[in-house]
Amino acid sequence: MEAIEKHRGLVYPLNRANIDTDQIIPKQFLKRIERTGFGQFLFYHWRFDDDGNKRTDFSMNYPEYQNASILVAGDNFGCGSSREHAPWALLDYGFRVIIAPSFADIFYNNSLKNGIIPIQLDQEQVDQWMERAEKGTLTLDIDLKNQFIVDEADQKVHFDIPEYHKEKLINGWDDIALTLQHQDAISAYEGNLA
Amino acid sequence: MKPETIVNKIWNKHVVHQEEGNPDLLYIDLHLVHEVTSPQAFEGLRLNNRKVRRPDLTYATMDHNVPTKNRDVIKDQIAQKQMETLKQNCLENGITLADMYHPDQGIVHVIGPELGLTQPGKTIVCGDSHTSTHGAFGALAFGIGTSEVEHVLATQSLWQDRPKTLKIQVEGDLGPGVTAKDLILAIIGKFGVKFGTGYVMEYTGKAIRNLSMEERMTVCNMSIEAGARAGLISPDETTVEFLKGRAHVPEGEAFELLAEEWLSLATDEGAVYDKTVVIKAAEVEPQVTWGTNPGMCVPVSGTTPDLSQVEHKEDVERALDYMGLVENQPITSIEIDHVFIGSCTNSRLSDLQKAAAIIEGKRVSDKVRAIVVPGSFSIKMQAEKEGLDEIFKAAGFEWREAGCSMCLAMNNDVVPPGGRCASTSNRNFEGRQGNGSRTHLVSPEMAAIAAVEGHFVDVRQFTGVLN
Ligand code: SF4
Repeated sequence: MEAIEKHRGLVYPLNRANIDTDQIIPKQFLKRIERTGFGQFLFYHWRFDDDGNKRTDFSMNYPEYQNASILVAGDNFGCGSSREHAPWALLDYGFRVIIAPSFADIFYNNSLKNGIIPIQLDQEQVDQWMERAEKGTLTLDIDLKNQFIVDEADQKVHFDIPEYHKEKLINGWDDIALTLQHQDAISAYEGNLA
Repeated sequence: MKPETIVNKIWNKHVVHQEEGNPDLLYIDLHLVHEVTSPQAFEGLRLNNRKVRRPDLTYATMDHNVPTKNRDVIKDQIAQKQMETLKQNCLENGITLADMYHPDQGIVHVIGPELGLTQPGKTIVCGDSHTSTHGAFGALAFGIGTSEVEHVLATQSLWQDRPKTLKIQVEGDLGPGVTAKDLILAIIGKFGVKFGTGYVMEYTGKAIRNLSMEERMTVCNMSIEAGARAGLISPDETTVEFLKGRAHVPEGEAFELLAEEWLSLATDEGAVYDKTVVIKAAEVEPQVTWGTNPGMCVPVSGTTPDLSQVEHKEDVERALDYMGLVENQPITSIEIDHVFIGSCTNSRLSDLQKAAAIIEGKRVSDKVRAIVVPGSFSIKMQAEKEGLDEIFKAAGFEWREAGCSMCLAMNNDVVPPGGRCASTSNRNFEGRQGNGSRTHLVSPEMAAIAAVEGHFVDVRQFTGVLN
């Protein structure tokens, strides 16, 4: 996983609550056996019509959001299916940071494993940036190490993230390699089991 | 000793490593694997030269992609490749696989309990959010992503934060003709789709105690739709009875000892939970979802919401629009054209028996296409032995092979755009059963009677329970 410590990027506002992973990446695209190449299918049925043409009335297709790398979304983002194809699609499309009032548990974990920073902020703050990004464009600066975000008006907002998640993201650590350092403990546990 | 919840008892027994400020490293007793969320995990192992640590604690099946008719002609080349990949991965790593033609094949959350792999006190994971189903046995069972699948394959363990506990106390008795599905839908309808986030839910109370194991699985299955990764029920005699004699459960004295250990896991009197909610079972009516998440749900006697009365007007409007419904519309006025009886929520033998009892001697409405998809090969066999297939077919239902099928429509079993389905599955998300499809979640009994009538009705009117 690619390490991430600081990120500056353009916001794409998606003002819907309870966005489920079926919407993020519909099932017909889950048959691939690779981790890559899912970005083209992100939010597929919202972005494309039945003939596969871009829907001009869906804001993600607007020219001003084309290079967005920060997704600001509604409450309970990523609920539903455990498919990790959802963060793979978001990452492959270009999103490195997701800001929402709350996240579903499995999605939150899956994002962390792929170098996406999920940031939980109160509804009011999310709404404020949502509105600004909808009206014009908004660029945010994220400093993961010091746990704050700065917007263009120099508004500085602190966010919480568990220390161990932060450390893994900043270092891009391989989870399994870390766990294998505890192999003896695992073997000892298995010894007790038998 | 301090009274403990079952969650903490199981947790404490499984901690491999613990340090201040970090999650606990938790040992995993059973890892269930299916074709869709595993290929990238095995690929990751291969790239890093890693091995599957405990193939003996890993069990695989094919369910999401498999055709439910004409198994031999898989037209979808990519799906075919995914299934072959699972076969190859299991072969290379010495993992038992119930493939499409195997007598133990079925939906992963149906066959685990059926084979007795699922047992009280175990930690169980699977790359699938409905792993919560296994909690019905008093196991700590939760869904994981593919990176975590890879992690469990390599280390047989997972880093996990100790969850908070949420007690859902269901007092009194369910009314006649009201099912476990109605109960869980009513709970989610009342408390919403995220009230369980961060918690493990434990269902308690008289109404829960009186449920069969199959009904308990229906309840625990949908815990994830309330946001909880896991939901469970303390083991009791019903649990022990169900597991006795199953393929992966020991016999004789070893079983007696095990059963005693299982029963000791039940939450102690006076144990403290982080949160408690109470539901009165007698107030629950048969439920129908009207919207695009399982919390958008009302009794069949109800109507779609009144827009002037709702909090998040935009969300409700959007959902009504997608569903092709208007505000204040009576649920019984909603006409359907598809019926799906199946999925890991409601495809077990008793579900099929109950649906068959409703439709026996009746005909599926001419406007409706109805299918029954048993949860496993063995359920299918048993149902055929009892003649249920004949009842369904005589009424005009299609009778299929086991798999996930129209629950997520990854194979050919799809609701067409604009089609409206009464479904016994667990998710009514936009496009879940096919692009543009509209899903109403109901119990098997409610689905069966809707198939006959062509619109929703209170099934209790037909079973003589209501007036
Ligand atoms: S039946 Fe549906 S919910 Fe259950 S495992 Fe299959 S796809 Fe998932």
